[in-house]
Formats: sequence, C-alpha cells, structure tokens
Amino acid sequence: MLQPDRRDFLKLAGVAGVTFTAGLFPGQRASAQAAGNFHFVQFSDTHWGFSGPPNPDAEHTLEKAVATVNGLAQQPDFIVFTGDLTHTTDDPKVRRERMKRFREIVSALRVKDVRFLPGEHDASLDKGEAYKEFFGATHYTFDHKGVHFITLDNVSDPAAKLGDEQLAWFAADLKQRKPDDRIVVLTHRPLFDLQPSWDWTTADGAKAIELMMPYKNIVVFYGHIHQENHHMTGHIAHHAAKSLIFPLPAPGSQPKRAPLPYDAAMSGLGTRDVTMADKVTLVELPVAKG
Amino acid sequence: MKRRVFAALLIGSAVGGSLRLAAETSNEVKILAMKFDFTPDTVKAKVGQPMTLVLTSMDRIHGFKMPDFGIRTDILPDQETRVTITPQKAGSFTFFCDIFCGDGHEEMNGTLVVEA
Ligand SMILES: [Cu+2]
Repeated sequence: MLQPDRRDFLKLAGVAGVTFTAGLFPGQRASAQAAGNFHFVQFSDTHWGFSGPPNPDAEHTLEKAVATVNGLAQQPDFIVFTGDLTHTTDDPKVRRERMKRFREIVSALRVKDVRFLPGEHDASLDKGEAYKEFFGATHYTFDHKGVHFITLDNVSDPAAKLGDEQLAWFAADLKQRKPDDRIVVLTHRPLFDLQPSWDWTTADGAKAIELMMPYKNIVVFYGHIHQENHHMTGHIAHHAAKSLIFPLPAPGSQPKRAPLPYDAAMSGLGTRDVTMADKVTLVELPVAKG
Repeated sequence: MKRRVFAALLIGSAVGGSLRLAAETSNEVKILAMKFDFTPDTVKAKVGQPMTLVLTSMDRIHGFKMPDFGIRTDILPDQETRVTITPQKAGSFTFFCDIFCGDGHEEMNGTLVVEA
C-alpha cells in the first residue's frame, strides 16, 4: 500500500493546509503501526438549509468543499461528518427535504465510504427520528486498518446527554479493547467542559472521558464549536473541526457566542485531513482551492 | 391551571451562590421563557441578598442554566419553577436555555447583573 510522504501529500493535494502534529498516540507501539497508515477527512457543521448574513454563500459552500476534497491527489480512505449536517427547522417535512438535499450534494464525493453522525440541529427536535430515516444509527462503531472508531450521540437527547444506556454501551465496547489499542471517538459536542457559559459541554461527558482514561491511544474528533480547537483531558486529545457555514468566536473571547462576520475568503471555514500513523497529523483544508 | 414547582437543585459553585428550597422571599423576579428569549433578559441582584427567580415557559419546555451558580432546571409551560440564589460576588453572569428548542436556541440567553 501507499505510504505517501507527508510533504508529497501536501504538494499533491494542491491546497494550502495548516498542519498540526502531536504525539497523540503516546503509547503507540511498532506493532500497531504495522497495521497500516491511512487518512480520512472530517467534515463538520455543514448546516445545510441555513441562510443569513453570516454566510451569503451558504448555498454553495458545501459543494465547494466537496469539490476541494474530490481534488485531493491522495483520496482519503473514508469521510466522516461530525454532526449538524442540516440546519434545524420546526417543520418535519422541511427537515427531511434538507437531509435529502444534503445527501444528494455529498453523494458527489469521490470517496464512497462516508460516515455520518448527528448534531442537535439534525436530531434534537425529534430525538433523531428523521436523521435515522436518512442516515441510520446515531451511535455505532467501525474498524479500519487496525483502528477502532466509536461514534457517540450527545444530541438526540435535547438536554445534550449521552444517557446511561449509551454510556453502558460505550463501556461495554471499550471493555473489548486492549489498553494500547488505537481508538478514535467521533462525536458532535465537546465531551469536556470547554466553555460552560456558552453551553459548550456535554451534560454527562465527564462520564465518557472517565471510561476512556484506561486507554493509552485514544483520541476524540468533534465539531459543534465551528472552529479548530485542541484540548487535552489528561492524555486524551480532543480536536474540534471548523464548520462549513460560519465560524464562531474563540471560547469566552467575547460576551456572546454570536457568529463571526462573513469573510469572503472564508478563512474560518473548511474541512480537515487526518492521517493516522504512529502520530496523528491534522491538515486543515480550505473550502475552495485558492 | 398553575402549579408551583419547588426546584431542589445542587448547591455550590466557584461563585458561591447558595441555594435552598424557596420559601416566600420578598425579592422575587419573574422570568418568562419563550422561543427564543427570556423576558426580562437582564436581571439585577445584590451581593448577599437572597432572591428568587420564578421561571415559567410560555410555549414549550426550555432549560435554565447558570453555570457560575451551579444551577440548572427545566422550565415547563404553565408551571412556576422557583430558584433561590444568594450571590456572593459582584459581576455579570450568563444564564441560558440548555434544552435545544429550535432555530434561535443558541441565542436564548440572559444576564444576571450582581451589584456590590
Ligand atoms: Cu429554549
């Protein structure tokens, strides 16, 4: 299999990216590496159906990001969407229309292995009913080249809880892992208290983090906060992704959590390439090729 | 029909807002919750002076969370939920709805202004 050099990858990708590397798998062993390196792309907070001054380009931004990812010379093994696929609506019919149109747009992705998880905009008003019709289960696991992925749903409960049932399921799944297995958790909201006064938390997220603590090589990717953010809880790294609709201010940087003004360069928006090797390397991808 | 709900909530926080089951206090403030506002959205309080927030929803279930005081409760339609606090520190403290209620939920918030 291909083992692209990172610089070659960036060159071939033909897009300006910001790289973030960290020893996020501190307990990594050579044997695990032998399982194979790969990369995936994270989309988040596409909010299909939103319209308003924070993004006058809202009808095209997602399509542009799809085209940019389709243009990557090294196509990812799979793509994950970490919630808020659609912008919320009180009308169940409109919600389904948005989900349908969203699915049509992302079906243009060259990579056909695409995984979804819900955000509160998709699932909180009907406890995930419409979401499940279009995208299936709201929490599930999958394995890819020696890495175990677990998606957690902290939005189908409108109080932003995982709930005891899901926590028990999470605990049971983790029990089957060895302490040095490579594990990735995908979710929508921060599992830790990033900014409680802005509700950037998960009500019972601390319980999930406690369950994760015995595992040395576990990392979390999430969305919700519409910006890049990197945070450690003990040895566990939590990486928030940019959105594709409008950026939000840095946690606590201003009194209110209001969208940042529109910037035609869309520098606050984008997707992210994640390479899983002995280290996890993140490359932030712009919406459109410059 | 209106029922009174006495909310027993957790005590303790960095700010030290103390909380107890609400008895009749002279200092009551009614706050109405409705998609996607609290009315009023600015509430004044004084350090050391107990006050009771009387919370009612006009439409659907909402949440009321004030992290600096360690407070959260549901706000239900046609019910009064009473929360008594005694602010220990001057400053502005955010409260917000923490039950997703639609397009505008993220803007459903207010401020408790505590004066010395
Ligand atoms: Cu609300």
